[in-house]
Amino acid sequence: MSESAIEFRDVVKSFAKTDGGRQMILDHVNFTIPVGKTTVIAGGSGQGKSVTLKLILGLMPVDSGQILVSGVDMTGLRGRALEQLRTRFGVLFQGAALFDSLSVFENVALPLRERTTKSEQEIREQVMAILAQLELTGHEEKFPAQLSGGMRKRVGLARALQLKPEIMLFDEPTTGLDPAMTEDIYNLFARTQKQVGYTAVIVSHDIPKVFRLADQIVVLNEGKTDVFANPEAMQKSQEPHIRAFVKSTMGAVSE
Amino acid sequence: MTFKQGEGSMQRNPVEKLGETGLYVLQDMGRMGLYLWLAIKGIFRRPFRFAEFMRQMHFIGAGSVMVIFFTAASTGMVLGLQGYYSLHKFGAEGMLGSAVSLTLIMELGPVLTAIMVAGRAGSAMCAELGIMRISEQIDALECMAVDPFRYLISPKFLATLVSVPLLTALFDVVGITGGYIAGVKLMGVNPGSYLEGMRTSVTNHDIWLGTFKSFVFALLVVWICTGRGYLVYQIRGAGFGAQSVSRVTTQAVVYSSIAVLIFDYLLTAVLL
Repeated sequence: MSESAIEFRDVVKSFAKTDGGRQMILDHVNFTIPVGKTTVIAGGSGQGKSVTLKLILGLMPVDSGQILVSGVDMTGLRGRALEQLRTRFGVLFQGAALFDSLSVFENVALPLRERTTKSEQEIREQVMAILAQLELTGHEEKFPAQLSGGMRKRVGLARALQLKPEIMLFDEPTTGLDPAMTEDIYNLFARTQKQVGYTAVIVSHDIPKVFRLADQIVVLNEGKTDVFANPEAMQKSQEPHIRAFVKSTMGAVSE
Repeated sequence: MTFKQGEGSMQRNPVEKLGETGLYVLQDMGRMGLYLWLAIKGIFRRPFRFAEFMRQMHFIGAGSVMVIFFTAASTGMVLGLQGYYSLHKFGAEGMLGSAVSLTLIMELGPVLTAIMVAGRAGSAMCAELGIMRISEQIDALECMAVDPFRYLISPKFLATLVSVPLLTALFDVVGITGGYIAGVKLMGVNPGSYLEGMRTSVTNHDIWLGTFKSFVFALLVVWICTGRGYLVYQIRGAGFGAQSVSRVTTQAVVYSSIAVLIFDYLLTAVLL
């Protein structure tokens, strides 16, 4: 069994509803994300895919349970200890979350300026190198509002890769992109993962396309998880909710 | 203890609703208190963002000069006319300089400056942070291990705390000049008595009180306005998306203006 980058141990997360009740998102969930592999977190709308990412990043507290990142329980971390742990992560948000008032260059340079002691010359060289790698040369002076959806994602990826993360989290990375752009983005993920060697966690509803990257699939359904080694294993599952999910997303189930 | 979906969804009675509202108010006060602490702590965290501080000084301070100028000129001239009308009945026009300057320095200068800054810069700061929150830009900062308080909030706090007392001083000067124009140039009050009345009646304590008030009001405005934007997700009834930002922006301006008026009374009662 491979070493785990992230491990969920009996994690519970719920939200208050407007009528005073609680909406259970994760109900005593256990799974591991192996080092250096790509794990796809799938599930229907409102099943807690993005919440799972926010829990991993410590942007939301868990109700109970532990989330271990490289063996360290991050649920109890606060302040600088949490900040330190977050330097291991890179995140590509659904809308790329670029800073509107900063140019492409300034957006990509921000983590280097804030988290390293590099000189302006070194920062410029590193930023221009990653922009070239992601085919963004010539766009460095543009602002996020002047970019297409695919370019925004690439700038977001460039920014996320600047501190050479051990773990990359992708939140719905192909939302709003056309099929050709989606294909480009997935190729880019595969290429950068090979170059940087990060562990990838992809939250996506873009099924079955995203499965071609998957070394492991975690399906969230009504607070529970089902873990599969590959899409074929998922298609062969006899669980009714998995069969319904496969049918609705992939169009066919294996008998 | 865990909850199942739909549990507790029965209709609540008025006492439960009151309790829920009370709990929400306590939670909100706690969140805002913690927010204030982190924002003030962020001012002392290194590296200090001097360029961002200067940008905020320009936006909050220099950008508000015109609105403060016109508000002060109008307020001062109205005070000059109204004061002349009232004092003339008692043959005490010579007290006009004293009345205008004390009213402006101790009350109207700090209060109106703070309310103008809340309306112009406070609303903009609230909307900016709210949009950054809903578009995950603040989450992105946290994920890059960049403290959003040091990076975003604290420069706004410091710039407001410096700008508002300076704008209040400008308000006082322009207002007193407006009162002079209305009282002396238009209504014919003796210029010597206007200036001498002001010189003899305004003490250092009055100026100190006005400055202290403007500092407290600046803190209230920047705290409430940036806090509502930053905490937009946690504000009950704010809704989601663009609507939530518009609602908390309105709320921020209303709450900060009310807070300024309440604290004006309290500070006057305690310090006068």
